[in-house]
Amino acid sequence: MPEAFLELNDVKTHFPVERGIIFRRRVGTVKAVDGVTLALKKGEVLGLVGESGCGKSTLGRTILQLIPPTGGAVVLAGKNLAQIPPAELRTARADFQMIFQDPYASLNPRMTVFDAIAEAMQTHRKVPAEKMAEEVSSLLNKVGLASRYSRKYPHEFSGGQRQRIAIARALAVQPKLIVADEPVSALDVSIQAQIINLLAKLTREMHLTMIFISHDLSVVKHISDRIAVMYLGKIVELGPAAQVFERPLHPYTKALVSAVHLPDPELERQRQRIILAGDPPSPMNPPSGCAFHPRCPFAVGECANQTPRLETFRPVHEAACIRLREVNPS
Amino acid sequence: MSLLEVNNLRTSFHTRNGVVRAVNDVSFRVERGETLGIVGESGSGKSVTCYSLLGLIPQPPGRIEGGRAIFDGVDLLNCPKETLRNIRGRRIGMIFQDPMTSLNPYMTIENQLIEPLLIHQKIDRAVAARLAVEALKDVGVPDAESRIRSYPHQFSGGMRQRVMIAMALITKPDLLIADEPTTALDVTVQAQILELINREQQERGVAVIYISHDLSVVAGFCNRVMVMYAGRVAETAETLPIFRDPKHPYTRALQRSRPALQPKGVELYTIPGLPPDLSKPIEGCSFAPRCEFAIDSCHVDATRLERVGHEHESSCLRVQREKLNLK
Repeated sequence: MPEAFLELNDVKTHFPVERGIIFRRRVGTVKAVDGVTLALKKGEVLGLVGESGCGKSTLGRTILQLIPPTGGAVVLAGKNLAQIPPAELRTARADFQMIFQDPYASLNPRMTVFDAIAEAMQTHRKVPAEKMAEEVSSLLNKVGLASRYSRKYPHEFSGGQRQRIAIARALAVQPKLIVADEPVSALDVSIQAQIINLLAKLTREMHLTMIFISHDLSVVKHISDRIAVMYLGKIVELGPAAQVFERPLHPYTKALVSAVHLPDPELERQRQRIILAGDPPSPMNPPSGCAFHPRCPFAVGECANQTPRLETFRPVHEAACIRLREVNPS
Repeated sequence: MSLLEVNNLRTSFHTRNGVVRAVNDVSFRVERGETLGIVGESGSGKSVTCYSLLGLIPQPPGRIEGGRAIFDGVDLLNCPKETLRNIRGRRIGMIFQDPMTSLNPYMTIENQLIEPLLIHQKIDRAVAARLAVEALKDVGVPDAESRIRSYPHQFSGGMRQRVMIAMALITKPDLLIADEPTTALDVTVQAQILELINREQQERGVAVIYISHDLSVVAGFCNRVMVMYAGRVAETAETLPIFRDPKHPYTRALQRSRPALQPKGVELYTIPGLPPDLSKPIEGCSFAPRCEFAIDSCHVDATRLERVGHEHESSCLRVQREKLNLK
C-alpha cells in the first residue's frame, strides 16, 4: 500500500458547553468529532456523509486546522498539522483549501472576482504583478467562466457561477487537498450537476485529493472513490462508494440509502423504505453504547452497553455495529 | 367539477429593476383527493403560484395581473376578503418550507394549534384543546399531552414540521398545500415527514399540492405532476407518463441530471446555461436557449400549453408540431 497522503489518527474535536454570565461554569462537552481515524491516498476523493450535527463539517474544518483538534493527529504529507508552529502552518495552508456551502456568503461582496483570486495568489505564491492577469484568466477558464468576468462583483453572478468563482479561488494557491463542504446543496438541481462534473474533472486533471462533505448520498456516490458515513462524531461505515451505496452494511447507512429518491415512479413505489423513528440525538448527551441504538431497527439490549468499533466485513469495507453478521446475512 | 381550477393566472412583481413576470399564464386543476406535484427550480414560479391563490403575495411589490382560481365555486382571486379568510382558515391548509420560522415563538404549541378552531369554527376552548392533543398524536408527536404546552424552540426541526402539519390539518381542510416541506430537514427525518403526509392524505382523502424542486421526491406519491419553468407550465401529465414518456425537453433534462440512477464515474448530464431573467421580455420558448432540441423557430414563436396525449399537456413547439419523440 502506498504511503497515505492524508492521515487522521484518532482525531477528536470537543467543544465545551458553558453556562452563566459572570461565573462561567462548564456544564458539558459536545463531542463533535470523537475519535476519527482515516487514511487518504493522493488523488483520492472521499465522500463524507451524515445528517446535520453529526460532525462532518467540524471534521472537515479540523483537518484544515480552522478549528484546533482536541486530540489526535492530522498528518498531511508527513507533517502533523496539529503540532507545527503557527508561522509554518500559515505557509502550509497553501496546500489545503476549502470550498464552502454558500457561495453567497463565502465571497467578499466588495472585491471583484479578479481581486478575490489575485489576493490568494499574492499571499501564497508571490506571482509577479505582470503575470497576474494571465494567471487569473486561465484559472477562470479552467472553472468554465470567461475571463472578461474578472472585473465583475459577486452580486452580478448566479449561485452556480459564484460557486465556480469560489472553486477558482481555492485552486489559485495550487493546493493538494480540497475540503468541499456541501458545495452543491445551495444550488438548483440543474446547476448541481454542472458543479459536480467540474469538481470531478478538476480532481482528475490536477490530481487533487478531496474530501467531499454532503448529506446527499446520491451526489456523494457519484463523485467519490470511497464513502465514510458519520453518526454523532464517529465513522460508522467506510468503504468503496459503489459498495456503500448498493450494499450498505450499517443499519444507519441502510436507512440513508433507502431515503434517496429515485427519479422513477415505479422503482420508487416498489422500494422498501426504512423509516427511522425519532430525531438524531443531541451530541451533548449521546446515548450509551452504540449511539445509534435508540433509532436502530436491529438493536438488541447489548447495543446499549457495548461501543462498537469499525471492523472489516468485506475486503476494504468496514462498519461499526456489533450485529453486522445478523444484519447482513450472507 | 374539480376542487380547484386555476385559469391563466398571472402574477408580477414591480421592482426597481423592472417588472418580473413570476407567474405567466398558468392554468391547472386539482381533483378532490388527488395529489398534484408542482416541480421547478428556484424562480420557476411554483411557490408564487400557490401564494397567489391564498392571497399571500405582498402587494406591492406583487400584483396579480389576471386569471381566475375557482375553489369549489368561489374565485379566490376576486372574492371578498372575508370569504377568502374563511376558506383559508378552514378549507385550505398550508405547510411551509421552514418550520423554524413559520411558528410563532411567543405562543405555546397549544395556542397556535387551537387558534384556527377558535376563530373559524367557534369551538369551545376545552373541546379545541382536546382536539389539539388528538391532532398532535395523529402526526406522531410523543407525549402529546405534556408537550402541547411547550414553545416551538423546545422542539426539533422534524417535530416542528409535524406540528405544522397538525395545524394545517386540524380544521379538516379539503386541500393541503405543502411548499417544500422537507427541504430544511435531515434526510432520515425527511423520510418520516413524507410518509406522514402520504398517510394523512390517504386516510383523510384530502387533496394535496406538493411543491418541490426535486422531480424524484414527487415520483413516489403524486398522481399528477406539473413541471414549471420561468413562470410558465412546461408540461403536465400523470406521474408515470411524465417519467416514461416526457413531452418537454426540460422535464427530460431534469430527470437526467439527477445522479441517483446514473452509472458512477460517467459525466453527469447537465443543462447548459442559466434560467432566463424574468424581468426581460422573453421571445419564443423560454427554455430554447438551453434546449438541445431547439430549432430556429423555437427562439421566435410564442409557446402555448397544448394537449399532446391522454391527460398530457406540453408547451414544447416541436412536440406539438412534429411529434418529436423524447423517450
